[in-house]
Amino acid sequence: MLEAIERKFRNLAPAVDFCSLRVVRERHEMLSVRRNIIQPVRRSEDWGAMITVHENGGLGYAATPDLGSDGLRHALEQARTWARASRGRHLVALSDLDRRVRSGDYRSPVRKPWDSLSLQDKLGLLQQECQRLKAAEAIVEWQAGLWHSEIETLYVTLDGSRLTQQFRYLLPSLNATAHHQGETQSRSFGGDAYLRQGGLEILEDTGFYDAAPRIAAQALTLLAAPNCPAGTLDVVLAPDQMVLQIHESIGHPLELDRILGDERNYAGTSFVTPELFGHYRYGSELLNVTFDPDHGEQIASYGYDDEGLPAQREYLIEQGILLRPLGGAISQSRAGLPGVANSRASAWNRPPIDRMANLNLEPGTSSLDDLFGRTENGLYMETNRSWSIDDSRNKFQFGCEWGQVIRDGELGAVVKNPNYRGLSAEFWRNLDGVGDARSFQVLGVASCGKGEPNQMIRVGHAAPPCLFRQVAVFGGE
Amino acid sequence: MMQETFHRLADELMNTLHGNEALTCSFNGEESAFVRFNHSQIRQAGHVTQQSITVDLSADLRHAAAEITLSGEWATDRARLQELLAELRAIRAQIPEDPYLLYATDVCSSERIHPNQLPEATAIAEQVLDAGVGHDLVGILASGPIHHGFANSFGQRNWHSRASFNLDWSFYLKADKAVKSRYAGFAWDEAAFRDKVRMASRQLDLLARPARTIVPGTYRAYLAPAALEEITDLLGWGGFGLRAHRTGMTPLMRMVEQDARLSPWLTLRENTAQGIAPDFQAAGFIRPAQVTLIEQGGYRDCLVSPRSAKEYGVPGNGAENGETPLSLDMAPGTLPLARVLETLDTGLYIGNLWYLNYSDRNAARLTGMTRFATFWVENGTIQAPVNVMRFDDSLFHLLGDRLLNLTAERELLLDPGSYGGRSSRCSRLPGALLEGMHFTL
Repeated sequence: MLEAIERKFRNLAPAVDFCSLRVVRERHEMLSVRRNIIQPVRRSEDWGAMITVHENGGLGYAATPDLGSDGLRHALEQARTWARASRGRHLVALSDLDRRVRSGDYRSPVRKPWDSLSLQDKLGLLQQECQRLKAAEAIVEWQAGLWHSEIETLYVTLDGSRLTQQFRYLLPSLNATAHHQGETQSRSFGGDAYLRQGGLEILEDTGFYDAAPRIAAQALTLLAAPNCPAGTLDVVLAPDQMVLQIHESIGHPLELDRILGDERNYAGTSFVTPELFGHYRYGSELLNVTFDPDHGEQIASYGYDDEGLPAQREYLIEQGILLRPLGGAISQSRAGLPGVANSRASAWNRPPIDRMANLNLEPGTSSLDDLFGRTENGLYMETNRSWSIDDSRNKFQFGCEWGQVIRDGELGAVVKNPNYRGLSAEFWRNLDGVGDARSFQVLGVASCGKGEPNQMIRVGHAAPPCLFRQVAVFGGE
Repeated sequence: MMQETFHRLADELMNTLHGNEALTCSFNGEESAFVRFNHSQIRQAGHVTQQSITVDLSADLRHAAAEITLSGEWATDRARLQELLAELRAIRAQIPEDPYLLYATDVCSSERIHPNQLPEATAIAEQVLDAGVGHDLVGILASGPIHHGFANSFGQRNWHSRASFNLDWSFYLKADKAVKSRYAGFAWDEAAFRDKVRMASRQLDLLARPARTIVPGTYRAYLAPAALEEITDLLGWGGFGLRAHRTGMTPLMRMVEQDARLSPWLTLRENTAQGIAPDFQAAGFIRPAQVTLIEQGGYRDCLVSPRSAKEYGVPGNGAENGETPLSLDMAPGTLPLARVLETLDTGLYIGNLWYLNYSDRNAARLTGMTRFATFWVENGTIQAPVNVMRFDDSLFHLLGDRLLNLTAERELLLDPGSYGGRSSRCSRLPGALLEGMHFTL
């Protein structure tokens, strides 16, 4: 089928400076059991193509779900209309772009395919886990779910590039909410952080089978817990909160399209400016951050980005020094800076823009117990539940589901509503401990929103737990 | 064209049903031009055609649903849908009854097709580029028709088509100092657009003054409608749905369990009659013209989806499964817009807020940032732009005991959002004068 679409495209494409076709086929299945009731099984299939044309200095695109000759011909005409309309008024010097011809293929590693378990068995598993979440009368809302996705892409250019990629994703979820006398507290299986590439092996790899009783018990514990204390304390963040900290205060500020101003009307700008690369101290010497497509199970591992650039591991921050932004070929050309292969589109109907892919904080040398042991008066926080940051990605405030006091190196009482706030530009310089490889977890963010028109995309973050000094923390009312 | 194709495909599907099978089909489609601007030039420009159908096949309370993209090519779509129906039958056979399945059986057909009055998007883009000359303009133009449809095996047919534009843009002065504007509607008026550009230019002049950094504390404040929209949007996320209320997850729980009240100025309605979203939903139910959510500060009704209606044994009111408002309407107050600065006297004029979330959902405590045009006002006169600040405060203060008045004039704010597809959501909001708003960072 993809070959037939490619043949039609090659036959129809006009003689222009550049012309590409990106075909995306997505299939999703969502299974959920809520309050012990199987929810409607939902499947979806989305299939379409994006055509991009560069012609005489103008660039236009057109997206169509009609993959027949008539549909592709019409899309080509629409893309050329916009290429003509933008001629002489386009922000990007198209003649400067890297247009090397490439070919290749990428496939998600899958050990236990989704279909190796029947629908009934999968629903049975979710029923069992859902029932285990209802541990007490005070649990008023509880849910277990699996969201499986299969995505195939074909990227071809008129001048000979041909790239095919095939992805398999699974997002397991568990949630329990406890309520008593006006107080509500929720606990989850890492939020959406356990989204990974692969098959049903992800359930075992992430500890899904053991999680439900713990989640229910923790929701009940939170219900009776005191509020998080307020003050300036040392903080140890678990990997499923580090995900959000990296995402908001390293990932977004380093997106080159934000630095170049494309997002100023919507997602925002960045406190990072182009002249900072190469020497700016972003964090302490313990901070090492990579763009890393090499963890096969991580959500945004891929062979090529959506403009055909091959993905390879790069340090963005090394020993605390800012080295390289998150920018694809177009942004690299505009800024005159090196970047990475991160030009990504959320679907066939959106043009690629600079996104995070796998953005990881590399492991250090401390065990989790070492991090606690080095904390005299502090807090341990797990699992993000609230996030807010300014449009320059500097002033942030984040909240977590679970908090525990650390006193004299020992983990102690549970506290509810743990929040902390700070400035990105200062926070990472107070990084004073990084967990080792054993504590390093491959996680991600299932829905990162950005772009005009809007695009929601999956990104990966892997991190160990980390210790930060002198953080402003506080609780609820 | 999309209407004819959808109804023809739905008819075909209905003709192939077996025995007591029931089928609902809902349709979403758009033909949109998107032009993205940066530095008063075009960054990305193109066209998106998309259409999808969601079918839900049921019999004896066993059902399964699927959504597929339609190509627009008749034979291809017909074949895909027949395959899909067979797939759904196979799923149905493997699952138990769904006790909360509810769909409309009383036939209530409708057709609302508004004539397309939009000029070519290339012509609008030309005017935007002209307006950007001498400025640093950044933003997005979306333009074209949006379609929604519904059909079921009981004979109900609904269709709603409307062409709209939404230009969401900013003039930047430097760094994060900018004026954000929105011009949206159904017929492009060049003179109205030029007025918006002139207003934005005037505010830009004010931003050129040296910026002031305020220290954390509580300040008297005025929230322009676009700023208030950020608060009502957050509140809409789990605030008004019946499911959120019955599971203790609404931030308004204190209004339900402890008789807490917001300000008597505050009346909020889901006003479908005055909105731009269709009045039918995915299970075929017709939304009432209005649902009063909060009346003079007291909690009134929830938004109730068909599924929640069945689960909790209450009448539904046409909400989709998310139970979020689509056409939120806040009643006006008595403060004339022209007297806002004078009445504010000394404090913050906040044009926009940004990135709101809960710092304590249970207590309806919110945090977020100021953004774009926010000014320090003294003695009723704008003095200086203010560097971005983080607020952290309870909704029961902001729209409760510290809400002094709302403006008599309101703005209709069409949502520029386009995740998945262009939004048909809107809000009609006044501005809000607050005795105090607490800033922390």
